[in-house]
Amino acid sequence: MSKLDITVNGQIHHLDIPESRTLAQVLRYDLGLTGTKIGCEEAECGICTVLINGTPVNSCIFPAFKAQGREVQTVEGLAQDDGELHPVQQNFIDHGAVQCGFCTPGLMMTATALLNENSDPDDHAIKVALKDTYCRCTGYASVIAAIKSAASEMRGEGSLPVNEPDVSEPMHAISRSVPPQHVREKVTGAAKYTDDYVFDGMLYARTLRAAYPHARILDINTEQARALPGVVAVLTHANVPGENLHGLVYRDWPVLCSDVVRYMGDGVAIVAAETEDIAAEALKLIEVEYEPLPVVGDPKFAHSHEAPILHPHHPTGNLLKHIKVRHGDIEQGFAQADYIVEREYRTPTVEHAFLEPECSIGIPPGVAGHEKLTILVGSQIPYQDRNQIALALGLPEEKVRVIGTLIGGGFGGKEDITGQIHAAMLAQATGRPVKMLYTRQESLIVHPKRHATIIRMKTGATKDGKLVAVEAELYGDGGAYASLSDKVMTRATTHATGPYVVPNAKIDCYAMYTNNPPSGAFRGFGVTQSAFAVESNMDILAEMIGIDPIEFRRLNAQKVGTTTATGQVLRESVGLLETLSHVEQDMMSADGDFHWAWRDGHKAYAWGLACAYKNTGLGGGAPDRAEAEVEAFEDGSVEVRVASADMGQGLAHVVAQCTAEELKLPYNRVRVLLCDTDLTPNGGPTTASRQTFVSGNAARVTSALLREALTRSAAEFLDVPPETLYYEEGLLRHNGKSVELGQLVGWMKGNGLSSKVRHEYHAPATQPLGTGGDMHFAFSYATQAALVEVDMETGAVKVLKIIAGTDIGRAINPLMLQGQVEGGIVMAMGNCLTESYIVENGVPWTNLFARYKMPSIKHAPEIISHLIEDRVSTGPYGAKGVGEICSINTSPAICNAIYHATGVRIFSLPVDQDALLRAIRAGQTEVYTAWHDVR
Amino acid sequence: MKLWNHYHTPHSIDQAIALLNQYQGKAKVVAGGTDLIVELREGHHPIQEALIDVTQIPELTRLTTNNNEIYVGAGVTHSQIVKSAVLVARATCLVESCGVVGGPQVRNVGTLGGNVAHALPAGDGTTSLVALDAKAEIIMSGQRRVVPIAEMFRGPGQSLIDSTRDVIIGFRFVLCSDNEATAFKRIMRPQGVALPILGCAIWVRLNPAQTHFEAARVSIAPIGPTPGRAAEVEAILIGQPATDTIIEQAIETALQILKPRTSKYRATGDYRKEMIAVLLRRTLQLAVQRARTGQAVPEGIGME
Repeated sequence: MSKLDITVNGQIHHLDIPESRTLAQVLRYDLGLTGTKIGCEEAECGICTVLINGTPVNSCIFPAFKAQGREVQTVEGLAQDDGELHPVQQNFIDHGAVQCGFCTPGLMMTATALLNENSDPDDHAIKVALKDTYCRCTGYASVIAAIKSAASEMRGEGSLPVNEPDVSEPMHAISRSVPPQHVREKVTGAAKYTDDYVFDGMLYARTLRAAYPHARILDINTEQARALPGVVAVLTHANVPGENLHGLVYRDWPVLCSDVVRYMGDGVAIVAAETEDIAAEALKLIEVEYEPLPVVGDPKFAHSHEAPILHPHHPTGNLLKHIKVRHGDIEQGFAQADYIVEREYRTPTVEHAFLEPECSIGIPPGVAGHEKLTILVGSQIPYQDRNQIALALGLPEEKVRVIGTLIGGGFGGKEDITGQIHAAMLAQATGRPVKMLYTRQESLIVHPKRHATIIRMKTGATKDGKLVAVEAELYGDGGAYASLSDKVMTRATTHATGPYVVPNAKIDCYAMYTNNPPSGAFRGFGVTQSAFAVESNMDILAEMIGIDPIEFRRLNAQKVGTTTATGQVLRESVGLLETLSHVEQDMMSADGDFHWAWRDGHKAYAWGLACAYKNTGLGGGAPDRAEAEVEAFEDGSVEVRVASADMGQGLAHVVAQCTAEELKLPYNRVRVLLCDTDLTPNGGPTTASRQTFVSGNAARVTSALLREALTRSAAEFLDVPPETLYYEEGLLRHNGKSVELGQLVGWMKGNGLSSKVRHEYHAPATQPLGTGGDMHFAFSYATQAALVEVDMETGAVKVLKIIAGTDIGRAINPLMLQGQVEGGIVMAMGNCLTESYIVENGVPWTNLFARYKMPSIKHAPEIISHLIEDRVSTGPYGAKGVGEICSINTSPAICNAIYHATGVRIFSLPVDQDALLRAIRAGQTEVYTAWHDVR
Repeated sequence: MKLWNHYHTPHSIDQAIALLNQYQGKAKVVAGGTDLIVELREGHHPIQEALIDVTQIPELTRLTTNNNEIYVGAGVTHSQIVKSAVLVARATCLVESCGVVGGPQVRNVGTLGGNVAHALPAGDGTTSLVALDAKAEIIMSGQRRVVPIAEMFRGPGQSLIDSTRDVIIGFRFVLCSDNEATAFKRIMRPQGVALPILGCAIWVRLNPAQTHFEAARVSIAPIGPTPGRAAEVEAILIGQPATDTIIEQAIETALQILKPRTSKYRATGDYRKEMIAVLLRRTLQLAVQRARTGQAVPEGIGME
């Protein structure tokens, strides 16, 4: 222990701490300033940025004693003592630059340092300053706008207008850009994510991971680890009290491996100790004897006879699921075709890279005021977490409580179990709270990814430009465990005709078990992959036929009345053509005289376009429902409760807006309680772009039921007929008479009436694949055009502009919805240009954040977004899903643009400038390799 | 996780050396720590008994000009270099190379000395120091020595100095005068690790009439295991007209003598050859233009 004197946010601290501390550790653990977040500990992501004597540094690798005698400013020091927000904070809120909020402190600190030096930064200066401060949610457009506006305000010129999208028919609270819930806490650093919670006597846990991607476990010896001072528990498969399996669709994933490990992220033993260092030390003392087994490294090999069977109990061997779409007569279809294109496409494994690594805290019954075993976790599916924890612990579900904390990004990557069961087991075993926080490097290895796919797609059309047939074969790398592969690859398959009228289709998808990290949900849910093949083939065909690619899509676009390849008749809300015409109009008028491609020196420029559709909701016959509870209080406020996750996408404000709308209340009088299995009813998984529709509807319908109850009581209270009462700003009125909501609730309580309503909303029924009928209750549609610049001497590709038209039924919150669109586009640019999670024969090469490049602010293009509101009658006020549709067609739009610019077509993602340039030089027109294929 | 036990911040070189001696190989010199601490966390080095932070030693933090020579302390950060008016004007390549390292947070603490000590085959700062024909001042085995920059590198990740024993103090080189200029450019792979596919730093001197190359230094990296100069390419330029034709000849020579390997995580050998041509052309043209105009506006700072 040594003396460290530092000033933090103006306050002098004399600390007596170990010299081994980093600055981030001092801030978070010694000073409790948890607004500074840790994202990678590699100086890569920048979200831990604080200012030292005004200079931004990454606090995660900054030795605390290097800051001796210096002044540190953190996010907690931005607002004034009286609570007035700093202009940067206020403008981040006003411009919609806060989604999950986990990177927000880093972005704001970096921005503050910039504005201290430069009072009027342009886009370039902002991009330079924030280049290595990552945000996975916003797509950076709102961040740039917020910083410029803050600068203007700090110069005394007032803030700048917010770039709010146009929407039709705004209502009382719906289609209004209200600020998201918890946004003030997120900009002040007060917002608590799981790792921000500490409890008295809390232990720290770590997991021993497999040493091989595929091996038999011969022996596990934990004796030495147990003997290490400070170690409180070491558990293995032998200590799993209940069933040693979990899984969302198939229960095939061991809680702790007993006989075999199937990927490098498999857990073999878990340790709880007094400190993180001791826990880490203990892992090294656990001896595991393995017999390595042959590795199944790719899905096609997995399907071969030579491949060892990874799950002997699975009835179809390594074939996790064969998914089929049959529609019309495929042979007859191709017989009608004048033009046929058949190509093979490859997409890589992609990492969510949510900026908050996974964290779970287990609290045993009777500790910290919790009556039952309680798990704090930022999860997308709290009720299924509870189910899986209870089964593994051999407890009835009612004996387990899952409390969802704020989530620092999810994108599908926080649906499966990671540390929840382990933290619960260790809490049970030790009788103390146990925190299991993954390092970034562990997170990279463990959680399920986006499926790598190999897609062979054959598309036929007549010379008049009518699609007649699609035949496709998809291989999906499901990895070691099923996770959501079945569902994800089903979506890839059912959407493999694209948003078009295709009378004949035969599509086969093989989701395979391998020894790679499991694949599961990821924004786009399989459709991202198949859309790349669909939309590339569309452009190839258009060129063969000699028809404009936009016209070709228009000729074949789904419309009301279209029957999809799964046999569903689309009855309403098919906004594809409108998205197409908006994008086309903008594209054509961008530079007056429109050209698809042009050259300027060694730079080639071109536009490319692609369309997409994506289901809203689970579909396929799965009961899709959400329960909500809405309660009015005597202070005139209302709380809406639903166990649906807000991982930054904004579900909390959506349900609040629905409740405010139904009760005609000011938005700020509605509170939202999410994700507590004891206090909030089940909202189902936050996946499949379903929550606005399902939980939004649950909040809407339940609030309407509460309104009826309130109206009946108010009628009695005021002695007027109920049908003459109307709601206005928290009052129930009748001519001259009125009663305040709070007063009415008080009266109801006095008369033994409840002001609380609970109701389960059931979404329209759907049919399983293969049975025809409605497989989904709604689809969202999108068109995107990309303007790219290709350096013809280096092959480097830059996206300059994206024009997006997105049909989402209704924009419940236009500004935050636009943030979803912008964030989805930039995330998809990563999918197309920079991101690839590399596994070499089962061993992840991408085991560091430094080995995974996602788009930074320097990649952020100009984004022009049109929201198309083609209402769906069953959606809340006409809304359907948005989370995924904005992130699907960006990759093919960019690749189509690259083709127009260079004459080279890309068949393997991410785009490899090396192979692209060599193709340009060699006059080859097709590239089938990605960068890591280099040998 | 704990990566070191003690953290010392000596205020003189003697103190630093004394501390290193005291720990007998169980302590390492650290400056910004943006490489070392990440490597410690990744387990590339054992947990250190101590880190000896040299960034508070005045001799290491100085940036001083003496006539045409400049001294840049090893503890000077990339950001300080980028903001230095004299370096911007008279050692532009160093500003351009330090300006593309990491993001601002890394440049604000990462130092030039750290870049050299890290000894990557294509450290951006070091490629430029080679073109500037810099000399490093070091304390090695207790002796103060001055060594040509190229001699600082022994292999990939291996520098001449042993950071458990030795200290890099600073770098000296001659600043550009009339008719002289420098430029640096690099090509990055957009995926995977932030490694340059190829970087190129060039120093040129034109004759007073500005028609011919009088002298040139060309550093292209990574080609071999350590940064170095392409002497044959320099030889083609010297004494010849500063024209596109000669630049193309230099490129031809470079393509004959430089054999970049296929490197799985950087690029194919074929692509890297193409980039030799592109980088040499772009960097040479820029350096010549700067030498002629006497004006240098650094390119690509913070965005490459």
